[in-house]
Amino acid sequence: MTNTTSTLEEIISQEYQHGFETAVEADAIPRGLSEETVRVISAKKNEPEFLLEWRLAAYRRWLEMTPPEWASVHHPAIDYQDIIYYSAPKSQKDGPKSLDEVDPELLKTYEKLGIPLHERAILAGVAVDAVFDSVSVATTFKDKLAEKGIIFCSFSEAVQHHPELVRQYLGSVVPVQDNFYAALNSAVFSDGSFVYIPPGVRCPMELSTYFRINAKNTGQFERTLIIADRDAYVSYLEGCTAPMRDENQLHAAVVELVALENAQIKYSTVQNWYPGDKEGRGGIYNFVTKRGDCRGAHSKISWTQVETGSAITWKYPSVILRGDHSVGEFYSVALTNHRQQADTGTKMIHMGKNTRSTIISKGISAGHGHQAYRGLVRIARAATGARNYTQCDSLLLGDKCAAHTFPYIEVKNASAKVEHEASTSRIGEDQLFFCRQRGLSAEDAVSMIVNGFCKEVFKELPMEFAVEAQKLLGVSLEGSVG
Amino acid sequence: MLIIKDLHASVGDKPILKGINLEVKAGEVHAIMGPNGSGKSTLSNVLAGRENATVTSGSVLYQDRDLLALDVEERAREGVFLAFQYPVEIPGVGNVYLLKAALNAQRKHRGLPELDAMDFLALVKDKMKLMEMNETMLYRSVNEGFSGGEKKRNEILQMAVLEPRLAILDETDSGLDIDALKIVANGVNSLRAPDRSMIMVTHYQRLLDYIKPDYVHVLAEGRIVRSGGPELAHELEKHGYAWIGDEPAGAEVKHGS
Repeated sequence: MTNTTSTLEEIISQEYQHGFETAVEADAIPRGLSEETVRVISAKKNEPEFLLEWRLAAYRRWLEMTPPEWASVHHPAIDYQDIIYYSAPKSQKDGPKSLDEVDPELLKTYEKLGIPLHERAILAGVAVDAVFDSVSVATTFKDKLAEKGIIFCSFSEAVQHHPELVRQYLGSVVPVQDNFYAALNSAVFSDGSFVYIPPGVRCPMELSTYFRINAKNTGQFERTLIIADRDAYVSYLEGCTAPMRDENQLHAAVVELVALENAQIKYSTVQNWYPGDKEGRGGIYNFVTKRGDCRGAHSKISWTQVETGSAITWKYPSVILRGDHSVGEFYSVALTNHRQQADTGTKMIHMGKNTRSTIISKGISAGHGHQAYRGLVRIARAATGARNYTQCDSLLLGDKCAAHTFPYIEVKNASAKVEHEASTSRIGEDQLFFCRQRGLSAEDAVSMIVNGFCKEVFKELPMEFAVEAQKLLGVSLEGSVG
Repeated sequence: MLIIKDLHASVGDKPILKGINLEVKAGEVHAIMGPNGSGKSTLSNVLAGRENATVTSGSVLYQDRDLLALDVEERAREGVFLAFQYPVEIPGVGNVYLLKAALNAQRKHRGLPELDAMDFLALVKDKMKLMEMNETMLYRSVNEGFSGGEKKRNEILQMAVLEPRLAILDETDSGLDIDALKIVANGVNSLRAPDRSMIMVTHYQRLLDYIKPDYVHVLAEGRIVRSGGPELAHELEKHGYAWIGDEPAGAEVKHGS
């Protein structure tokens, strides 16, 4: 007879499948951070004066700040002078005009990750702005989108071609002084995606970016800005995997979303960065600031995330419900296995009248995984008729993991309605035995139970993404469920 | 079909089964009765392969194979089915999904092609009529929010779909009112077949009024202390389990057929 626990542990202890490094020459600047570093980055990217000033202001604010300590995560102090703040694949220098010109090594990397750009993008109707290290290497469908007036490009390109939009919106949702990592990002951000949907336009395809961290010891400081003008709609997908490595890597991205009147933004993430080995060595530190601003009345922003990777996740995709009747949603599945730690959740800031928000958070802990849901629901004095519904469920696999819930609720308007439900359960030996007694293998049973647990979130993901997410969850739990 | 020889098993350090001997032939229905704590559930669990009970000695042959050497899921795919006393709930997993996954796992194991959604639905809807179940139950999460009776009917539905060779019904009558009991019993009776054996584990004789066993065995303190025909159940009903306890130790009867 096999032992259930050990079967589960086998499943959980599967090695990361996307661990490899591509041999591409990188154009990197020396380690360390100073005002000079910021100037070099800005100069390399040929940025306008206002942006350099903005970066420098952020850098100066950052110097006065200290890393947050309230999160329920533990890691050695990060030496910010031991990080390379800029690296671009060399082959990018002349700028590929088409996929044919893209370094075959890079393309191979994507192939290995199961992302054959050309085929997949066309088949799935997805435009892909692939970020390899810090510079975008290939952007597809740009022309098709341009016909509708949609701008979908790398952040650097946006700075060159649409500086007025960048200037108007950059930092307007996440100000430079927002938090330690956001300030750092603002000072040294390398590249990212930029999306602008003009008034009344419904973006005809899912926009997608595959982030990938590659060059060794290169901090990643992505900056993404998405603006949906009046009556516009866009669905944006972000997914990522990273190669195996031994040193911890810092990733401090900032994503800003702006939805004007009656606009809708749907932002979906599947995150699968290297989580470290079974003992927790290596792995990505993912300290991300994601925030959406429902600036106009009747606007809507939805965050959907499936977080399975990273050694440490610190992430709270939030929505500021400024416009009356605006809607914020947060659907999250976070999985921690081995020694992974996650402190994640959301903030819903209700400012406008009759604003509504929904939070569905599903946390799964396995192995020695450690997870916290941290959520804030704030109803401002003016937010008459605001409503929030929060549901937080935790699932524990095995007896060495942990789950915590820290809900913060601040209500300053008596007409508000705020509901919070929470549950913690364990994949019971009972459930597992029942499924196996019906003929399912332990792996299939665990995968089925976990996917059932996450169903409410998966149904919010675009179809292909949902399928990927389910697979990813299966893989991430292989050898682990107990 | 099944030959149990001198089976000893412990839960933790505590010996529960202390030398079970039983033979079940194809097509036979055996009832195993006994007071609480006599080892009935442990016997069901050991046969199904649950890890919380450890076999310390003895053997179990199932279709001439060493049953104890097989994993839980292998036993299931080989046709061993356990109807649970307390069916578990699996939130978010559709009943129909579990049934299909289970049936296809079994078919794959037997080298049969997997059923597609259409064929499967036709099959399962047919079986549901038998259990007088509403089709909406297919799309609800496994046992979630089911009444006690619905859960038990759902167990027998799974049995009907999986068509086991050896079915072990663990306290299938517990928690059922008389109407639900009749439906469940009808379902079970319709599944009796010359190539299918059943072991019914029950505390009360009530179930045996609806599902007539070929043999009745009385389990006490980890041993089968008495075996007989259906009339044995009636005697038990009349005298209670204390009557068995009066038997001198070692009065174990030859059982099976």
